[in-house]
Amino acid sequence: MTSWGLIVKNLFRRKLRTFLTVFAIFIAFLIFGVLSAFQKTLTEPPQGPSATRLVVTNKVNFTQPLPISYVERVKAVKNAGIVSHMSWFGGYYQEPRNFVVSFGVDPETYVAIYSELALSDAEKQAFIKDRTGMLVGKKLADMYGWKVGDTVPLKSSIFRQKDGSDAWDFKVSGIFTNTEEENGDQYVVFHYDYFNESRSFGRDAIGQIVVQTRDPAQNDATAREIDEMFVNSGAETETRTEAAFAASFAAQLGDIGFIVTAVVGAAFVTILLIAGNTMMLTVRERTGEIAVLKTIGFTARRIFAMILTESFILALLGGLLGVGFAYVALGLLGGMGGGFLGAVKLTPSILITAFILMALLGFLTGFLPAWRAMRTDIITAFARK
Amino acid sequence: MSDELVKVARAGKAYTRGKQKVSIFEGLDMRIEKGAFLAIMGPSGSGKTTLLNMLGGVDRPTSGEILFQGKRVDNLSESALAAFRAGHVGFIFQFYNLMPMLTAQQNVELPLLLTRLSKKQRRDRAAAALEIVGLSDRAKHKPAELSGGQQQRVAIARAIVSDPELILADEPTGDLDRETANEVLTVLQELNRLHGKTIVMVTHDAEAARYAKKTLHLDKGVFVEKGLNS
Repeated sequence: MTSWGLIVKNLFRRKLRTFLTVFAIFIAFLIFGVLSAFQKTLTEPPQGPSATRLVVTNKVNFTQPLPISYVERVKAVKNAGIVSHMSWFGGYYQEPRNFVVSFGVDPETYVAIYSELALSDAEKQAFIKDRTGMLVGKKLADMYGWKVGDTVPLKSSIFRQKDGSDAWDFKVSGIFTNTEEENGDQYVVFHYDYFNESRSFGRDAIGQIVVQTRDPAQNDATAREIDEMFVNSGAETETRTEAAFAASFAAQLGDIGFIVTAVVGAAFVTILLIAGNTMMLTVRERTGEIAVLKTIGFTARRIFAMILTESFILALLGGLLGVGFAYVALGLLGGMGGGFLGAVKLTPSILITAFILMALLGFLTGFLPAWRAMRTDIITAFARK
Repeated sequence: MSDELVKVARAGKAYTRGKQKVSIFEGLDMRIEKGAFLAIMGPSGSGKTTLLNMLGGVDRPTSGEILFQGKRVDNLSESALAAFRAGHVGFIFQFYNLMPMLTAQQNVELPLLLTRLSKKQRRDRAAAALEIVGLSDRAKHKPAELSGGQQQRVAIARAIVSDPELILADEPTGDLDRETANEVLTVLQELNRLHGKTIVMVTHDAEAARYAKKTLHLDKGVFVEKGLNS
C-alpha cells in the first residue's frame, strides 16, 4: 500500500462513474485534437509562399477570373522579371472524394518561377514539350501509384470539355517535391493551353498572375503600378506578395477558427461541469472517510493534494486518450481526401495546448472539492455520519 | 509523575447554539497514567466523546490545558496536532470506519503511510498488527467480506499499528452482539495487559466497562463516581 495506491483505489472505487467521467473528457479532447488540427491547417498561412513573388488577382475576389491578356500587359511593367499564371481546375481522380488540388499553368514560366520544386532538367523539358504533360507532387503520386509516363484522367468539378466530357487525360511528365514546404507537394499542374482550348466555357480567363520581380525591394511600387494599370477596367486587380495573398486566403477561412473555438469551448465548459460535479459528489460521499484520515493523522494539506491528484489523473487519463485517438483518426483521414487532408495533423503547439488544457481541467475540477476536503471538520463530519 | 501519560487541567468546553452558550464541562481535572485501561461511562450528552476527542487532539478545550507526557498539546497548530495524533494516539470508532475499497491489510497500513517506513516494513508491521488481533487469515479481505467483530478487530489493528502510547476507543462494542463484543474487549484487555497499551474507552455498556481496570462516571461534565473494576 502506498499513497499513490490509495489515490488510485479511491479513483476507481466507483468504476462506472470514473469510466463515464473519463469518457466525457476523452470526447472533449478528441474534438479538440481533430478540430484544432483542421483549424491549424486551414487558417495558418503555409510556410512556402514567397514574400518577394507578387500575385495579381481579381480585386473583387481571388475566385473571380482575369483576362489572359493581362499577362502580356504585366510583362511590360519595368520591374517584372518572370511572369506566369495559374488557373484553378477543381479536379478529382475517379471519385469526387479523391479531391486533387490542380492548376492549369504556363509551363515554361511556371517551372522558372517555382525553383523550389525539386525536378530534374529532363522532367522539366518533358513537361514543357508535351502539351498533355502534368507535374505531380510526390505525396499524391505515392498515394495513387502514379509514375512518370502514366496517363492519368482527371475530372473537373467545374469545367467540361466541348464534347461534354468532364475528364482530361494528362501524362505524368515529372514528380516533384517541395524543398521549402513540408506539405507543398500535394498538387498537380498541367498546361493551361491544353485545358483552355478544350473547355466549354470560361475560355481565355485565368485565375491569377504570378510575378517574379527583378528587384524585390521595389515590390510595393510595382504592385501599385500593376493595379493602377487596370483601374476602371472590367476586371480591376489587387496585387500582393505571395505570402500576403496566402495570409488573406487564410483570413477568409478565419471563421472556421471561431467555430472551432466555440465548439471546443462549449465542450470544455460542459466537461468542466460534469467532471467538477463528479468530483464534488465523490468528495461529499467520502466526508466520513476524510474525517477518519484526518483523525489518524493525515494533514489537511495532504488530503488536499490527494483529491487534487485524483482530479489531475482523471483529466490526464481522458485527455491523453482523446488526443491519442485524435492522432489515430487524423492518420486515417490522411489516407483519404486525395492527399488534401494529409497535412491535417497534431502539431507540437496543439499538443502543448492540449496538455495545458488537461492541467487546467484537472485543477479547476479538483480545486473546490480538494479545498472542501481540506477544510473538513472532524467533529462535524462524524456528527453527520 | 513519570508514570503520567495525559493530564487534563481545569479543562472547559463550551459552544454556542444560536445566541445561547452551552457548557459541556468546566474546570475538569483528570490524570491518565501509563498502562491504564480506563472506561468512561455516562448518559448521552454528558461529554464523554468530547472528552475523548480532546484527549486525542481531535478537539480543543475552550479553557484549561491538555498535557501529553508533560507537554501541552491543546495549543498546537493543526498540522502539529495531526502529527501528534499520527505519532501518539490510536483511534477505535463505534462503526469501525474502515475504507471499503481497501483490504484489511491495506486499512491497517493507512497510518503507516505517514511514516518513513519502507513498503516492506509497512507490510510487515500491518501483518504483525493483524496477527495480534487474530486476523492474519483475513488480511486480503475487504471490510464488506468481514463480520462486524472482524471489522472492529481490523480497526484495532489499525489503531495499534504505529505503536501509539494511547488508544482511544469510542463505543467500540456499540455495534456488536454480546459474544462478539466480548471478543473485541478481550483483545483490548490483552493489548493493555500484554503490550502495556494505555486505553481510554467510552462506553454505555457496564459489561464492557468491566474489562477496564478503572471506570469513571461522567455526568453533566463532572466525574460523579470513581470505581476500580479490579
